[in-house]
Amino acid sequence: MSTPIMRTLFYASVVLLALAAPLLAPAFKTQMAFLWVMIVFALSWDILGGQMGYNSFGNILFFGVGMYACAIVQRDSGLDYFPALYVGMVTGAMVAVGFAAVLGSGMLGLRGHYFAIGTLGLGIAAGEFASGWDYIGAGSGLLTPLFPGEIGGRETFFYYLMFAIAAMTFPVLRWLYAGRFGLTINAIRDDEDKAEAMGIHTTLYKTAAWCTSAFFLGLTGAVVGNMIGFIDPRDVAFTGATYGVWMILMAILGGKGTLWGPVIGAVVFHVTQQLFWTYLLGWQRVALGLLIVIIVVFFPLGILGWARERWPERFGHKVQQDLKPVQGGK
Amino acid sequence: MGILEVKGVRKTFGGVIANSDISLSVPEGKIIGLIGPNGSGKTTLFNSIVGYHPIDGGSIRFLAREISRLRVPQIARLGLIRTFQQTRIYGKMSCLQNMQISVPQTLQRWGLVMNKIPAEDTERAEGLLEFVGLYAKRHLFAGDLSFGQQKLLEFAMALMIRPRMLLLDEPTAGINPTLINALISRLRRVSTELGITLLVIEHNMRVIMDLAEYIYCLAHGELLAEGKPETIQNDQRVVDAYLGAH
Ligand SMILES: Nc1ncnc2c1ncn2[C@@H]1O[C@H](COP(=O)(O)OP(=O)(O)OP(=O)(O)O)[C@@H](O)[C@H]1O
Ligand SMILES: [Mg+2]
Repeated sequence: MSTPIMRTLFYASVVLLALAAPLLAPAFKTQMAFLWVMIVFALSWDILGGQMGYNSFGNILFFGVGMYACAIVQRDSGLDYFPALYVGMVTGAMVAVGFAAVLGSGMLGLRGHYFAIGTLGLGIAAGEFASGWDYIGAGSGLLTPLFPGEIGGRETFFYYLMFAIAAMTFPVLRWLYAGRFGLTINAIRDDEDKAEAMGIHTTLYKTAAWCTSAFFLGLTGAVVGNMIGFIDPRDVAFTGATYGVWMILMAILGGKGTLWGPVIGAVVFHVTQQLFWTYLLGWQRVALGLLIVIIVVFFPLGILGWARERWPERFGHKVQQDLKPVQGGK
Repeated sequence: MGILEVKGVRKTFGGVIANSDISLSVPEGKIIGLIGPNGSGKTTLFNSIVGYHPIDGGSIRFLAREISRLRVPQIARLGLIRTFQQTRIYGKMSCLQNMQISVPQTLQRWGLVMNKIPAEDTERAEGLLEFVGLYAKRHLFAGDLSFGQQKLLEFAMALMIRPRMLLLDEPTAGINPTLINALISRLRRVSTELGITLLVIEHNMRVIMDLAEYIYCLAHGELLAEGKPETIQNDQRVVDAYLGAH
C-alpha cells in the first residue's frame, strides 16, 4: 500500500468484494453481517484501548444502550418500519454518546488499572438494571418489530446496513487518527502527565474519544438488536462475557494502537470462531479459550504490532538521509 | 515587578521540609539560575510553580496573576512551560509528531473540528528540530533517542508552544560536553531572539555562571544566597554548601 493509486485500488476491491459477498455466498449472509459487527467492535474498542492507552472493559454498555434505545423508538414512535428503524438507530447512537459523556467526565479521571477496574462494573450493572426495569421489558426482554420485506430480504438488508456502518467507521477513524485528535490521544497514552504539562485539554479529548467509541457501538447495538430479533438484557444486550471480551481480544490479536490491526484481528478471530463452531462442535468453547491464551501469550503486540517491531522501516520510522533543513522554519 | 514572583513558598512531604519560605523574582526577558546541592528542593519548587502539587503556604504570581491554585494544564496555557529533569516525551510517537502536537492550546478547544495539522506547524516543527540538531531523526520514535537527545527534543517541544517563560530542569544533563557550548548559545538566542524568559536549574557551575544574569541558591530547602554570578561564586556559604554536600 505504498502509492495512492495502489491504495485506492485496494480499497475499491475490498468494497466491491463486500458488496458482492451476499450474492457469492448467500448461505452465510448473517455470519458475514456479524463479521462487520466484529470489525466495528474491535475498531471502536481500540480508540481508547489502543490509541489512548485506556483499557475499557465496559464498552459493551454502549452497545446495549444503543440496542434498547432503538428498540424503544421502534416500539413507541408509531412510525413505519424503516423510518422507525433509522430514527431508532440515530437515537441509539445519541443515547450511547450521552452515556459516554456523563460517565467519561467522572471515570476518565481514573488512570490505568483503576479505570479498567472501574469500567468492569459498568456492563454488569447495566445488565442487572435492565433486567429489573419493566418499561424496557425487564428480565423477559424485548421483541423488535418484524421485518416487512420478503423471505431472505431481511438478511440481505441487515448485511448491507452493517457493512455501511463498518464502512463509515473505518474512514472516520482513519481521518481522526491522521490528525490532531489521533496525535493527542496517542500523547495521552504515552505520557498523560506530560500532555497536561503542555497544556493539552486532556479531559476534553478523553471524553470525546469515548463518545466516538460509544457512537459506533450504539449504532451497531441498534442494528444487532434487530438482526437477532429479541433483546435479552444479559444474553444479547449487555453481553460482557462474550462480545465485551471479544472486542478486546480482536484488537489485541490484530495489533492494538494501529488502524488496520483491529480489522485484521476481527477477521481472523471471527473466521476462526466460525470454523470452531462448525468443526469442533461441543469443544468450541474450549478451543476459543485456548485461542485467547495463545493470543495473549504469543502475540502480546498483535499481528501488526509484531510486524511493526520486526520491520520498523516499512512503517516509516527511519533516519532520513537528507540533512537539508527545510525552508521557512525559524 | 517580575514576570514570575514567588513569595514565601513552603512545601513539605510528611516530615521533610522540601521548600521553606522561598521567595524569588524573575524579571521578564532575563535568564535566571537556580542552583543548590542534590535534594535541596529545586525540582520541588518547579513542581510548586507549575501546579503539580498544592503548596502549603506562600504565593506564586505569573504575569501579575495568582496561579498557586490553578491546575497544571491551566498554568501551561498561560505560557509557563516546564521541562522535566527525567525527560518526558511521547515515546511511541515520532519526533516530528511530538513537535506537531506541542502547539499553543489556547484556541485548541476547536481542535476536534480542526483536525488537520496545518502545514505551517509542520514547517515550524522541522525548523525547531533543525535548531536543536534532531532534524535527521524526525521520523524516529522519540523513545528510541538517547537521554541527551530526548532532553533536546523536550526543549524543542517547549519552544514549539511559544511560551512566555520556560522552567528548564537541568537542560545540559546528559548532553555531550563538546555540545554544551552550542546549547548555551541556543539558550541565549531563545532569550534574545524569541524573548522567552528562562529560569534554569543547573548543576554545571561553568554553564550557569556563564548563562545566568542572576542566581538563586537553595540548600536544605531554604534560600541560602542570591546575587550576580560573581557574587555567588565567591559566597562562602554557597561554597560550603556544595562542599558539605559531597
Ligand atoms: N513527591 C515527594 N514525596 C516525598 N518527598 C519528596 C517528593 N519530592 C521531593 N521530595 C523530597 O524533597 C527534597 C527535595 O527534592 P528535590 O527533588 O526538590 O531536590 P533537587 O534540588 O531537585 O535535587 P536534585 O539536584 O538531585 O535534582 C528531597 O529530600 C526529596 O526526597
Ligand atoms: Mg531536581
